[in-house]
Amino acid sequence: MSEQQAEVTTDYEPRIVAFLCKWCSSAGSDLAGVSRIQYPSNATPITVPCTGSISPNYILSALKKGADGVLVSGCHIGDCHYIEGNFLARRKIHLVKELLGFVGIEQDRFRMSWVSAAEGAKYSQVIKDFVEDLRPLGPQTKVKAGRS
Amino acid sequence: MTKKRTGVFVCHCGNNIAATVDVKKVAEAMSNEENVVASEDYVYMCSDPGQNAVLQSIKDNKLDSVVISCCSPNLHEKTFRDNAKRAGLNSFTCEIANIREQCAWVHKDKAVATEKAIKISRSAVRRAGRDQALEPIAVPVTRKVLVIGGGIAGIQAALDIANAGLKVILVEKLATIGGHMLQLSETFPTLDCSQCILSPKMVDVSRHENIELMTYSEVQEVNGSVGNFQVKIKQKPSYVDPELCKICDDCAAVCPVVVPNEHDLGLTARRAIHIPFAQAIPASYTLDENACLGLNPVRCGKCKDACDVGAINYDMLPKTVTEEVGAIVVATGYDLYAQEHMNELGGGQIDDVLDGLQFERLCSASGATKGHVLRPSDRTVPKDVVFIQCVGSRDPANHCAYCSKICCMYTAKHASLYKHHVPDGRAYVFYIDIRSGGKGYEEFVQRIMEEDEAIYLRGRVSKLYRKDGKVRVLGTDTLTGQNVEIDADMVVLALAMEPSKGTADIAKTLKIGRDKDGFLAEAHPKLKPVESVTAGIFLAGCAQGPKDIPETVSQASAAAAKVIGLLSQPTLSHAPTVAKVRNSHCTGCEMCVTACPYNAISLENGKALVNEVLCEGCGSCSATCVRSAIEVKNTTGLQIQEMIEACLA
Repeated sequence: MSEQQAEVTTDYEPRIVAFLCKWCSSAGSDLAGVSRIQYPSNATPITVPCTGSISPNYILSALKKGADGVLVSGCHIGDCHYIEGNFLARRKIHLVKELLGFVGIEQDRFRMSWVSAAEGAKYSQVIKDFVEDLRPLGPQTKVKAGRS
Repeated sequence: MTKKRTGVFVCHCGNNIAATVDVKKVAEAMSNEENVVASEDYVYMCSDPGQNAVLQSIKDNKLDSVVISCCSPNLHEKTFRDNAKRAGLNSFTCEIANIREQCAWVHKDKAVATEKAIKISRSAVRRAGRDQALEPIAVPVTRKVLVIGGGIAGIQAALDIANAGLKVILVEKLATIGGHMLQLSETFPTLDCSQCILSPKMVDVSRHENIELMTYSEVQEVNGSVGNFQVKIKQKPSYVDPELCKICDDCAAVCPVVVPNEHDLGLTARRAIHIPFAQAIPASYTLDENACLGLNPVRCGKCKDACDVGAINYDMLPKTVTEEVGAIVVATGYDLYAQEHMNELGGGQIDDVLDGLQFERLCSASGATKGHVLRPSDRTVPKDVVFIQCVGSRDPANHCAYCSKICCMYTAKHASLYKHHVPDGRAYVFYIDIRSGGKGYEEFVQRIMEEDEAIYLRGRVSKLYRKDGKVRVLGTDTLTGQNVEIDADMVVLALAMEPSKGTADIAKTLKIGRDKDGFLAEAHPKLKPVESVTAGIFLAGCAQGPKDIPETVSQASAAAAKVIGLLSQPTLSHAPTVAKVRNSHCTGCEMCVTACPYNAISLENGKALVNEVLCEGCGSCSATCVRSAIEVKNTTGLQIQEMIEACLA
């Protein structure tokens, strides 16, 4: 079983949807770009105004549409451009994690990080770490629509 | 819903994108997307011919929406939206797919980068597919400006703005304006007397009809947005009425409390009731309540008895005022990196080891020794003085990674001032490199080396310790490869500049970002050096990064020009990407009302109602609405769902 799993994970590239807030994490990822800090291409970014605007529905929907992992990244707590949006987002993390566990999806498929506009290197590290942490989990098939 | 006619324009950005992304392949992939009726690539989409090509395509293909796959929207979203508008499109139907910063620049493998660029572009196409035409919301402008910080940057910005006819509130934390510049003895490279050039500006501030000065005050709360900020300012009680105070010094003469004088960085002492320095603005004494025996006439009350004009009032209370302003300039300045951090250099515990500002106070005619350079420990004239540069700067492993920019110059100035005071003394300067970029700067340093015979030693100092009444300096001269030992009478450390204490707090209050070193972050390092990321908030001086006085003044004037330009418009436009309620879906549960950080949502006739001027479009409301009855325009749930799909297809 474990051998089989190891075999699966070698050529498996996790597909990640990364929701980035416009003010901090998206700007942080821009800085990673300007600084030419290389990181894996697994995560496709979707920029939203604020992490507070991310409904748990989006996270579940991304998994359902075939994502192996979902990242939500916003301003550091206390630094939210919209005063308290990231507090609202943080509250939802627990909800989503619980829910994932309840429906039998590995909770580690969902990750939240705080990356400021000055943290280009941190953004690249977040992506690197997430990709590496997703590999052992293998492809996500539990809620993927249309699975056999 | 009628089908959209979207055009996709993929930029090569010279080789910036094209080197790692197969732009032709991206354009081709996009041409197969639903709604896309034109898909092109071009070498520089933001150039005039590039923009014209987009414009022509909009007309030729009767496009109703466009996607530009190019650099970050922070760079050219406005460019391309304006261009779309020029072609008759609504600017909010133009979307940017960031395939440069978020793709081409961070990946090397062309195949995977191209694949990701396709996903990002496709995602933008889907978003554009449901974009609505929106019109900016006009909001009135308050023609009043808040300037935070009363150093040279704040003073310059306040004066420039006030001279343009706008009202200014200048808020300073301390009891007087002037900032660090007023502590300086002379300024490089001209050796102008710092006080002589600054004091007249301070007086101008105090007399200007358009400037309201609030010293001993701090900004506590900021709400609202560009054009209409509401700020709450708290003024601490000075316990002295500046209108009545005659600065006669009778109060200080009887005050029994002696504490270190901050203006002289502890080299002198002051009383609890004091005037920070002779030229203080406002020209008034201040009672330091932390030092005072207790503001209790039963315990002391000597100063009040001594004051003939009755200026002292122990019952003065803190005052909180709320002001409405249209723009804010943040000029909160710097502090020196604390000596305590430098353990190998004594950690602030060795007598006669001073920081740069303390040395300024020793040289200053108004300073601790009335302009005579004397050792603080025994008031003798020091004959061997060692100046050490880059203390705490350029040391990513232990201290600050950055160069503090002004230390090479002020150390040369210090060496020069010392030699002018003590012609037979020896000035040694330990340096890593000499960075003297600036008008007349290099010549100045050369002059100090040649004419003033300062001894420059390239190398770092490893240790300082007290020995036989002197400070033993152990260092290396890396040009000769020799170890150097100097028994110095005095050592001056050119400590790094760091953001002033409280910068983090003010950044939080204003919701503006800081960079990795804690300085306030500009919106763009090259093209928006005085704007913060938040519209209507501008930066000036060392709060944004280490800089010298001419640069600070330039930036302050630049910030002032930006403010004047902004507030000269009759109305400002507020982004129309605000929340919108679908009444048919709204149940009046009020979840959104509580989620809104701006109190922009109220309940009217059982349905949520958005005040569009207050709404900032964060979308916190939409995430709480179980029926998707409230959504931010052009970032709707349907758009996000389709973007997710596009990212995974």
